[in-house]
Amino acid sequence: MNKPSNASTERIRKTLAKRYRTEKRFRLYGIMAILFGVLCVATLFVDIIGKGHGAFRQTYIQLSVDYAPDVLGISDINDTQQLALANFSGIVKNSLRTRFADVSGRSEKRQLYRLVSNSAEYELAGRLKANHGLLGQSEKVWVLADDDIDTYFKSLNSRDGAFVGRTNDTQQEWIQSLIEAGEIELRFNTNFFRSGDSREPEQAGIGGAIVGSLFTLFITLVLSFPIGVAAAVYLEEFAPKNRLTDFIEVNINNLAAVPSIIFGLLGLAIFINFFHVPRSVPLIGGLVLAVMTLPTIIISSRAAIKAVPPSIREAGIGIGASPMQVVLHHVLPLALPGMLTGTIIGMAQALGETAPLLMIGMVAFIVDVPGGITDPATVLPVQIFLWADSPERAFVEKTSAAIMVLLAFLITMNTAAVVLRKRLERRW
Amino acid sequence: MSTLAYVFGRRRSRQFARQLGGVRNLHSLPSYYGMRVALWCGLPSALLLFLCLALEETIISNMLLAAIPGEIRPNSVAEYNLLMNKIENLASGALSTEGVKPALIDASTALMYLRDTSQRLVTALALLVAGGGGFWGWWRMSAQLRARQQVEKVLKTFLLLCASLAIFTTLGILLSVVFESLRFFQQVPVSEFLFGLEWSPQTAIRADQAGGSGSFGAVPLFLGTLLISLIAMTVAVPAGLMSAIYLAEYAGSKVRSLAKPTLEILAGVPTVVYGYFAALTVAPFIRDTGTSMGLAVTSESALAAGLVMGIMIIPFISSLADDVINAVPQILRDGSLALGATHSETIKQVIIPAALPGIVGGVLLAVSRAIGETMIVVMAAGMAAKLTVNPLDTVTTVTVQIVTLLVGDQEFDSAKTLSAFALGLMLFLVTLALNFVALRVVKKYREQYE
Repeated sequence: MNKPSNASTERIRKTLAKRYRTEKRFRLYGIMAILFGVLCVATLFVDIIGKGHGAFRQTYIQLSVDYAPDVLGISDINDTQQLALANFSGIVKNSLRTRFADVSGRSEKRQLYRLVSNSAEYELAGRLKANHGLLGQSEKVWVLADDDIDTYFKSLNSRDGAFVGRTNDTQQEWIQSLIEAGEIELRFNTNFFRSGDSREPEQAGIGGAIVGSLFTLFITLVLSFPIGVAAAVYLEEFAPKNRLTDFIEVNINNLAAVPSIIFGLLGLAIFINFFHVPRSVPLIGGLVLAVMTLPTIIISSRAAIKAVPPSIREAGIGIGASPMQVVLHHVLPLALPGMLTGTIIGMAQALGETAPLLMIGMVAFIVDVPGGITDPATVLPVQIFLWADSPERAFVEKTSAAIMVLLAFLITMNTAAVVLRKRLERRW
Repeated sequence: MSTLAYVFGRRRSRQFARQLGGVRNLHSLPSYYGMRVALWCGLPSALLLFLCLALEETIISNMLLAAIPGEIRPNSVAEYNLLMNKIENLASGALSTEGVKPALIDASTALMYLRDTSQRLVTALALLVAGGGGFWGWWRMSAQLRARQQVEKVLKTFLLLCASLAIFTTLGILLSVVFESLRFFQQVPVSEFLFGLEWSPQTAIRADQAGGSGSFGAVPLFLGTLLISLIAMTVAVPAGLMSAIYLAEYAGSKVRSLAKPTLEILAGVPTVVYGYFAALTVAPFIRDTGTSMGLAVTSESALAAGLVMGIMIIPFISSLADDVINAVPQILRDGSLALGATHSETIKQVIIPAALPGIVGGVLLAVSRAIGETMIVVMAAGMAAKLTVNPLDTVTTVTVQIVTLLVGDQEFDSAKTLSAFALGLMLFLVTLALNFVALRVVKKYREQYE
């Protein structure tokens, strides 16, 4: 290639460098797009884990409590009436006053009492109820700290300096003295996984929401899996090629792409207003989510049935089985892994869904952990939505932690689906 | 009871078989005879139970109403509901009987009595029908009976019913939004809803109350939805498309097997998480950046919501585009490369044009996702319906308004609540049209190479 042989080769040679530059640039765009996506994933996770990891530990303060009968107002320990009405907040306040003896004045005292959560008295009541011998004794008890104190204590060692929030200088001094005495510490927050929602951040937990999510998902599964599989079997194996079948297929494809909030409207207008299903319960949530996930399950089940080779069917028919027997005895068991995979993915979708549930009253403030499918309940994503709106700073941490739990569930489910597919998938 | 019927049916078929000399002389396997009897036993009584449960309440309340003396008989629907509630509460003991009209107490005892009787009646009837059906099925059995065909027919009908549930769902959605929308359009003219420039759904509760005359012009909502979707698309389309092209054309199998699942994580993250991310991380970040550059940015800017929504849609577009690019036959690529085109020229001038219908279809589907997306905008976009196209300003969307109007207690006769259903109808129609067009485009393209 020493000499240009003709004009067009010359022209091509001239533009070659430019063309290669374009090529490189184009390639770079592609890499940048991928990196952008990966960066988004990374930012999302780092942000949420960074904000939420603190919530798995909670600040506790040690009090030496004196179960004085006269303060409590208990004369007979076996009288449940007295035990229920006893003044436990009084002994909490007493023990705080003994610990910080130099505190005087009404407003300072009030601030002192704010160091511990108001759940402390219930904790003490529980202890006394369990062990009547404590009456008149004193013991050292670790009780929950208030959420402001908790936020402050956790942020003490952070790089940007401590987050003061609503705590004031005197409270910070008290905390300093508690730290020096070793009477304040972080502990694993079991409460977060056990209890329901609360207005007080330090007492709020996702236990109720998790149970609600499980009940809702159970209803969704029970309804959508059999119906979805039955519909897929009909459409793949028995449906005659006619208008009705076409119409059903068009409907399924469209439903798969309808915005989820529309299903909320459906739930509100049809299930609640027409069939009078009670609001805010896992039953209605499960119904709506089942309707929503049905197309996903039908589509993936059809793909699984399609993947079963026709030779199986022909062999079954050949030895005299009826089409129904072939489907029930041979095609379905072979297609089951694929169907299960699709169902798990559909369930994961349903678990993360929020919008339709807002319409049907799952957004209520519910403290109790639900005990059945007709108890008012909330679900994990809705709990996240509710907490994200709360002004208290401590709820930011809780929200992020709840998101971490939700993501953990979703990742487990999706991994299970992938593993199931790899394990049980058969290549024909 | 059905189980029992199954056992009996199978036993009887065995008896037939014994008389004839073996199971092979029967028309069907014994289990099919058993199932047939079980179906005869279970199906009619289940149907009856369902019917009774559906009609029971209406019949009881009508009987109750007929028994109520004239002076407290209700005149309107509201009064009727009130009265029924009162009787109900009396019957369940939630309301004490002190100071209540004796006629009402009588009614509540009557209600309890009626409920009790009807329950017993229904149970007895259901058992009778089950027994009768079972016996009928058992009695009409013979060796020649085509039991398998009958059982399979029932099963097939059940399958068909399950499949047609999709139609019923669509019908249910249509009915629920159309009916309430019609009621809304009786109060507010369609033209005002579609072309009005002001949206403030707060209607006065009392006639003499100040403020909130209630105007239902949905143009600001449509504009806000479009704005946010547009921002989302400007993020998602280039990023999604380019990553799909890179993954399909350039990346080695190692990069592909790593990058693809990573991108798909984005698709699996629940929308509420994106909403939280948008509201607490992205929006403050944009606000602070804007302020440092001397721009006035609200903390509920359309930009934050749109940006995060775009991130959410990236994997959606990239996986759809990946599919269509992979579907372009290798011959086209080889031909173009053989003519001396560089790789990027091949992609731009051969592959993209060939894959264009599929890509357009994917983008249309993504737009319909963006329009219908709810949680991100509820958490990160504002409530104020402003007529603006400034991405730094706060806008509201159709889905945000549906949620705010319908969360909490609703009265189903005010234009405020009903307007949410009209918005839902618009949303449903628009997304339906988009999906329909997109699916058509994709389908048409696929047929080209197969």
